[in-house]
Amino acid sequence: MTEAISPALELRGICTRFGTARIHENLDLTIQRGEVLALVGGSGSGKTTLLHEMIMLRQPSSGSIRMFGEEIVGARTEVLERQRQRCGVLFQHGALFSALTVLQNVGVPLREHTAFSTELIDQIALLKIQQAGLPADAALKYPSELSGGMIKRAALARAMALDPQLLFLDEPTAGLDPVSAAAFDELLLRLKQWLGLTVVMVTHDLDSLWKVADRVAVLAERRVIAVAPMTELMQIDHPAVQAYFEGPRARAAQPN
Amino acid sequence: MTTSVASAIIEWNTDRIHCRGRWTVDALADVATRIDQVRGMAGQQITLDASEVVALDTTGAWLLQRLRLRLESEGRQVNVQGLSAVFADLYQRVAELGMVQVPQAQKLGRLAGVGHSAITGLEELYSFLSFFGAVMLRMGQLALQPWRIRWRSILADLHASGVTALGIVGMLSFLMGVVFAYQGAVQLRTFGASIYIADLIGLTMTREMGPMLTAIIVAGRTGSAYTAQIGTMKVTEEIAAMRTIGIDPMDMLVIPKLLSLCVALPLLTVFSDITGIVGGMILAKAQLGLGFAPFLDRLQEAVSLRSFLIGFSKAPVFAMIIVLVGCFQGFRVEGSAASVGRHTTMSVVQSIFLVIVADAQFSVIFSWLGI
Repeated sequence: MTEAISPALELRGICTRFGTARIHENLDLTIQRGEVLALVGGSGSGKTTLLHEMIMLRQPSSGSIRMFGEEIVGARTEVLERQRQRCGVLFQHGALFSALTVLQNVGVPLREHTAFSTELIDQIALLKIQQAGLPADAALKYPSELSGGMIKRAALARAMALDPQLLFLDEPTAGLDPVSAAAFDELLLRLKQWLGLTVVMVTHDLDSLWKVADRVAVLAERRVIAVAPMTELMQIDHPAVQAYFEGPRARAAQPN
Repeated sequence: MTTSVASAIIEWNTDRIHCRGRWTVDALADVATRIDQVRGMAGQQITLDASEVVALDTTGAWLLQRLRLRLESEGRQVNVQGLSAVFADLYQRVAELGMVQVPQAQKLGRLAGVGHSAITGLEELYSFLSFFGAVMLRMGQLALQPWRIRWRSILADLHASGVTALGIVGMLSFLMGVVFAYQGAVQLRTFGASIYIADLIGLTMTREMGPMLTAIIVAGRTGSAYTAQIGTMKVTEEIAAMRTIGIDPMDMLVIPKLLSLCVALPLLTVFSDITGIVGGMILAKAQLGLGFAPFLDRLQEAVSLRSFLIGFSKAPVFAMIIVLVGCFQGFRVEGSAASVGRHTTMSVVQSIFLVIVADAQFSVIFSWLGI
């Protein structure tokens, strides 16, 4: 069984082109099961594009992506559907359905993909909402009534609804105050511990990088130029890495 | 049994429940229904044996806890056994969170519902009248300070709501004229009164159909756009930004629309009158063999300037209804994309309704006045 031993995600020779613009060229990246991998890079380095390719929203121009050992580039719809159910995605701005309450939002994937009764779905959705650190009375609120931090938590609860093995986070702490951002980092660590999640996160938050990420992949020059834990990454002598981690803000975030 | 080894399995006898397999969300479809059938257990002490569970997630843990809670509510004692350390940790956590009841949305009783909608309706009427008053007040102030009127916006709006609507208004009025003439032709021919087709088309188009048809098209086309535009600006906080910069959203968004549509709608109405009559005239020739020249001669006699002005004078009133309702609904949008959709629908329904009501009022007033 290749399924049991293969890494969570394996990207090989990814090329992405928009017209004549080349975004990725021969990009390789492996994400092991149970790790938190952070994806960093300057604006326009193709982080979000790469994330969209991993969550099957877009196909790379060429290359191969294997999710739990199964090829998803050019795969049939059934394969994509099956793999999608193993992924949860937290979008940068939450992307909650504005016409539904938080409880209904979290229930959407469950209603769509399970045959559970409405009562059971509501109970599971409420569990997820609490798991994401929201009070139970937030369940009946609409997204427009929530603060930024609560929207992120509600969106995380929805991403977790089907107990995914792979969780993708697009800038999970962007736009949060430092206290909420720190609490969100804590939450991620706890969820990872309980559920054995594999997490891929795009982030600019240096505190998150130090605290949550097991490894950090630096995207520059159209490929991944380095993948390493933060402490090792600081030693790497590459101009793009240096530029990213040697700024005054980066030094301030570094733990002693 | 077709259940594969991978699925979750639950079996029970008098005092022991066996859980096996993968207790994860994708494999629990069977168990979720079977778990409610676990009945008829004799013992008071029940052992929930989960030692053969190979995978557990939040959903699986919750189903275990749900079963346990139900058995306990029947007065039995339940002992969960055999969960590995990691699973026990997750189970414990889920059991704690699961103590909270699913909150229920407050539902109003029937009588309270009637009261609630009555109050909401009155409240909306009140805000609409306040909005109407505020717009009129602002118009009065601007009449004294005409240099503060945003003429550039007015011209842009005039183009968007007037010029670009010519095609659809012209085409629908033409078709309307054809339809009326066709219906009339059949009747008039039996009486040998074919020439009166000019009276029929001329009067219906100028007095009633021209103004009303145009107003309905514009309400659907432009009124909805006003609501969606202002509503989206409210959701994205553009209205708030305008206020902080010191621009009155009324000056920027409402007044130019009001002034431009009060010009555009009467002009569109005239255009509608003409294309409708042309449509009728062409059909009269095709169906009744009535030439253009006798048709136009008769039209001049049948449609007096007064008839034309009666229809024409309704247009500015319809324009005000469309702009006021459209903008008012836009400002009432709260928070989300769904709200924009709801208020846009309400805007179109209400403005068409009010246009038809106003048209009926006009008929009553004109008949009192004897014109």
